[in-house]
Amino acid sequence: MSTQKTDNIVEIKNLKMYFPITRGLLQRKVSDIKAVDDISFIIKRHETLGLVGESGCGKTTTGRCILRLYNPTAGEIFFNGKNIARLPERKIRPLRSGIGSIFQDPYGSLNPRKTAGNIVSVPMLIHHTIPKNELNDRVSETLQMVGLDPGMIDRVPHEFSGGQRQRLGIARALACRPSLIVCDEPISALDVSIQAQIINLLEELQERLGLTYLFIAHDLSIVQHISDRIAVMYLGRIVEIAGSEELYENTLHPYTKALLSAIPIPDPELDKSRHRIILKGEVPNPANPPAGCHFHPRCPEAKQKCEISRPPLIDLGNGHMVACFRTSETL
Amino acid sequence: MSEVIRVENLKTYFKTIRGTVKAVDGISLHIDEGEIVGLVGESGCGKSVTMLSVMQLINVPPGKIVAGKVIFEGKNILEYPSRGSEMSHIRGAKIAMIFQEPMTSLNPVLTIARQLTETLEIHLKMNPLDARERAIRLLSNVEIPNAKGRIDDYPHQFSGGMRQRVMIAMALSCNPRMVIADEPTTALDVTTQAQLLELMKEQVTAHHTSLILVTHNLGVVARYVERIYVMYAGRVVEASPSSELFARPRHPYTIGLLNSVPRLGETRKKRKLVPITGMPPNLIDMPTTCAFLPRCHHHIPVCEKEPWPILREVGKDHFVSCYANVLEKT
Repeated sequence: MSTQKTDNIVEIKNLKMYFPITRGLLQRKVSDIKAVDDISFIIKRHETLGLVGESGCGKTTTGRCILRLYNPTAGEIFFNGKNIARLPERKIRPLRSGIGSIFQDPYGSLNPRKTAGNIVSVPMLIHHTIPKNELNDRVSETLQMVGLDPGMIDRVPHEFSGGQRQRLGIARALACRPSLIVCDEPISALDVSIQAQIINLLEELQERLGLTYLFIAHDLSIVQHISDRIAVMYLGRIVEIAGSEELYENTLHPYTKALLSAIPIPDPELDKSRHRIILKGEVPNPANPPAGCHFHPRCPEAKQKCEISRPPLIDLGNGHMVACFRTSETL
Repeated sequence: MSEVIRVENLKTYFKTIRGTVKAVDGISLHIDEGEIVGLVGESGCGKSVTMLSVMQLINVPPGKIVAGKVIFEGKNILEYPSRGSEMSHIRGAKIAMIFQEPMTSLNPVLTIARQLTETLEIHLKMNPLDARERAIRLLSNVEIPNAKGRIDDYPHQFSGGMRQRVMIAMALSCNPRMVIADEPTTALDVTTQAQLLELMKEQVTAHHTSLILVTHNLGVVARYVERIYVMYAGRVVEASPSSELFARPRHPYTIGLLNSVPRLGETRKKRKLVPITGMPPNLIDMPTTCAFLPRCHHHIPVCEKEPWPILREVGKDHFVSCYANVLEKT
């Protein structure tokens, strides 16, 4: 863990991640997919920042840039005050013990031939976080932390249920006692009755260990439950950031409004009283996004200006930021 | 209103090396004409197997429908041979099905036109030209822009949401009496999901078709269905009109499901989620008592002695299979 204690554990400035589209035999580059297109945000220490958006909006890519699984095209990523966006692999490795990751698919993200003990101990061995003679105790302790019986240490992933596997995934993320965990859709592959167990576990661990989460998901109601602040992404850009309650009570961006109104809620009476916005069309192709504000072709409030220039992300005070010409004008 | 389909005490078992899996173990349900009904439960509860059994699409072996009746238009359609002409007429023209994965349920090597006109030519005996005309109309009904120009495209040229629209068009092409939609929007984004559910409701209402919406998400069904069946471990544990179910759920499992999902606008500071503890039972070694007992917080002494309770009426059209008289406001 870093000795530097800044308030912001992560600071992202003008991050861009472009993937080349190549054609033909020579794999000539013809254009880019701008998966992440110039975004900036911060994650405060001990908070949960939710990152929501539909598939293809760049939320996972953002997470992977922070984990430095990708080499960003441009921009800066500060982790504990240190810019890691350009660090070479050998220098990035020691920092990785400070950042854990949990993935969506508890089936695909665990090696089926390794035992639970193996899966949790390997990160400890790689990063030499503890002496070898304490390894077993530490593995058992970590398994207990996520609610798994240390007696299961010799089992392989297929002997666990879906919920238990995700607990194992969390144990692996905790192995080196990181300060930040990137959770990429950690519960969307789980059954409804199990989801709440995992959410509660993540919340408990955060309180106990003082963790910071970047919680990436498409389900806004779950993100809202777990997050302190939420960033909404659309086609590679952040359209709105606000505290979770503020985002719900004072929704500003038309896309966020539509996203909120599209969420099914298990209460028909309340549902009837809601104003529903059904968006027309679909998310455009990210290889060829619309000019100006990416959302303008589907936006019920779009004006001429929106078709031409990109609205900047403007801070309206109290940490509520929005990238929309209409809302920043009316205020 | 008259009944379209009635399933009585349906049991579908699968033989595996480890034993017999009782995937569906005595399900009874009915759907009225023009009614929209939800079938809700978690993975492995038997909701899809129930629907596949109705259509006789279960692989035999390992699966087998061991008991029960499916009464459709006055006849028990389980008596028809699964590969017979009666069953294939029912499958295409009378009861249509929409599956979760729109990519795998469309044939990738045939054009959309071919896949739509085939059913029309077979079941409605239309000539190719008329069938094509109708197919184009069907596509524009499901709001596919430039239907005429896109009908000769292949499935991969359509996005996920558009493919699911094609599936809806295909399902409705022969004016079926009933549509079974098995997790129709699960693989899609929320905004697309909202569009499609809206579209489906509009289309079935216009044609006075019955719809069964099979889903694991109580939120999805809340807005669209009139009645809900909640399934657990191969049985119906609660059946109720939708508004009643959400206002006064009576089965501990239903209550658990409702408490374990976050409400919109409710952060963790306001309410902690209450998960259902434990895991769903193993369908091979099912206890003779209520299958929810190990996870239940409301159980009473009788639960541990008596077999799985049968459904009893607790309100108008509201049935629950539980010995305890649970009343909990959610």
